[in-house]
Amino acid sequence: MNNKIVIAVLGAAILGAVYWMTTGEKASQVVEKSDGAVKVGFVYLTTPGDHGWTYAHELGRQQVEKHFGNKVKTSYVENVPEGPDAARIIRELAKKGNSIIFTTSFGYMDPTIKVAKEFPNVKFEHISGYKRAANVATGNIRYYEGRYVQGVVAGLTTKSNKIGYLASFPIPEVIQGINAFALGLRSVNPDANLSVIWVNSWYDPVKEADAAKVHIAEGADILAQHTDSPAMLQAAEKAGVLGFGQASDMKAFAPKAQLFSSVNNWGPHYINKISKMIDGTWTTGDGPDHWAGNDWVGMSDDYLVLTPFENMSADVAKAAAKVAADIKSGNNKIFTGPIKDNTGKIRVPAGKTLNDGELFSTLNYYVEGVKGKIPG
Amino acid sequence: MEALILTVLLTSVPLIFAASGELIAERSGVLNLGVEGMMLMGAVSAFAASSIFGSPYVGILAGAVAGALTAAVFAVFALGLATNQVATGLALTIFGAGLSGLVGAPFVGGTIDGLPTLAIPLLVDIPVFGNLLFNHDIMVYLSIGFIVIIAWFLTQTRAGLVLRAVGNSHDSAHALGYQVLLVRFYAVSFGGMMAGLGGAYLPLVLTPHWSEGMTAGRGWIALALVVFASWLPSRILIGALLFGGITIMQLAGQARGWTIPPQLLSMLPYIATIVVLVIIARNREFARANSPACLGQIFIQNK
Repeated sequence: MNNKIVIAVLGAAILGAVYWMTTGEKASQVVEKSDGAVKVGFVYLTTPGDHGWTYAHELGRQQVEKHFGNKVKTSYVENVPEGPDAARIIRELAKKGNSIIFTTSFGYMDPTIKVAKEFPNVKFEHISGYKRAANVATGNIRYYEGRYVQGVVAGLTTKSNKIGYLASFPIPEVIQGINAFALGLRSVNPDANLSVIWVNSWYDPVKEADAAKVHIAEGADILAQHTDSPAMLQAAEKAGVLGFGQASDMKAFAPKAQLFSSVNNWGPHYINKISKMIDGTWTTGDGPDHWAGNDWVGMSDDYLVLTPFENMSADVAKAAAKVAADIKSGNNKIFTGPIKDNTGKIRVPAGKTLNDGELFSTLNYYVEGVKGKIPG
Repeated sequence: MEALILTVLLTSVPLIFAASGELIAERSGVLNLGVEGMMLMGAVSAFAASSIFGSPYVGILAGAVAGALTAAVFAVFALGLATNQVATGLALTIFGAGLSGLVGAPFVGGTIDGLPTLAIPLLVDIPVFGNLLFNHDIMVYLSIGFIVIIAWFLTQTRAGLVLRAVGNSHDSAHALGYQVLLVRFYAVSFGGMMAGLGGAYLPLVLTPHWSEGMTAGRGWIALALVVFASWLPSRILIGALLFGGITIMQLAGQARGWTIPPQLLSMLPYIATIVVLVIIARNREFARANSPACLGQIFIQNK
């Protein structure tokens, strides 16, 4: 009998140890990288892997290391769940002496603000949110610029005039993306329509694949996504339709289907903000109307990069390149009136361009060309 | 429409495998909540084996073996050491999620050739139904085959009778001289193999890449399906198709611009499960008819 108890305890210990080695570690251990002066911390939503949102941030972190050499020491924590639990991880990074901490997902917004209050001497930057504090800045990329170009390519390429879009959650950034895509689409093809499927997840490959197949079954011949896995492009490749990659180049998954990917290039942004922190010129950018001085960067500074245009005709590629150049130079601000919503009501009068604040606070409708209604 | 029905069918396949395997484990009296973990191990092994050996059929085999081995870990604790089955099963889910992530790390970002479809000659030419039913990859046929075999095994064979006896009254079965723990070990391992096959279907067919946690809760749905099916194999098939159907319907509804909130639509499969459970529970005789009386109870063999 005693033997059995010993075996049971041993067994439990082994199982516990293996569990700790595999998952426990990931959740709590901070991955230390190299030695140096200024410590910079990153909080990641998933493991970086080699595609998608977190991977793009990881490339940015690597650029930081390369740029500063041993002057800066970076570390990151991966697989941090969004919501209140993230506060524990952010606090741990602050305690470990990081001077600035980048929290890289929308759901870290409130935890970042909360922890920032406890560490007034540590600087924080929350990616993709809208709440700031004395030591919390926000940073984001104008993803919608790339989506407008996607819309133009889709409008010129589609034969069925049906475009399928996979969306994650109805937050401002995603709505901006859908509307920018539709504006680009309708700018070249007034007959084309966009239908949106909300998969209610940033990353659920099987559901994304299912949603993509449903779009294709409903007649869509071009797919776009605001979710993170390559599942949609793989489904497109298999069915012989076309699509756009998200956050990082996804050509490897769908060499015949990918038209181009909009790639998030975080390196220059992180390098800029860390340099400013070292110089003592770091600010939250919070101006009188909250959005003035906002660090919201896009194609103009190569923070958003488009991969080569492929699997489309030379004429389409040429047109897309021109639109991209216009956005880059600032000639095309995208959200410039007249803009009608999908019930036909004028929402932005001719001549007016939505400013950054309005993009967040007033864009609560689908523009002309998008089917359905924003949920919630 | 046909394309939508095909999608429903394929979405249901992992659930059919995992739920029918769990059904066997539960009919032997063992509640293994680690289905999600076993599916993930099956998925990662199937992907790894396919990309190493270049054949998705090796992947099927690897998924089955990995699922069975993961289940064996559960068996060592829950059967051999008589640990609490609920706690051990939950631990297995976490263990499988972590270990599959570790094993799969080198394979993230790779892609494989998925399973080819094998059209059944002549039958595939039947109008309307031919293409829907007889033009699939081998695992679709396997999943249906397993349902038939399991139903036959449980009701028509002596071994099936022993399995049910062990699940309904392990003390009586033991008194009659049956090896309760051995029967349960086989049942749990079979359940693991089936969960492994279900997991393998994700990277082999549904979306040919590996990513951590790609089952995204399907193991839990499989567990719910077993109860939904009131421990009858044929109802697993119905439940899985119903679940797949509602999942795809809500996606199609959105694509067509229905103005029902997608959050609500996403809840539908789960609401449907609860509603059916309530309906089943209203009729106690019906609910208990096939429920293993010793489900989740620990059996310690005295020597």
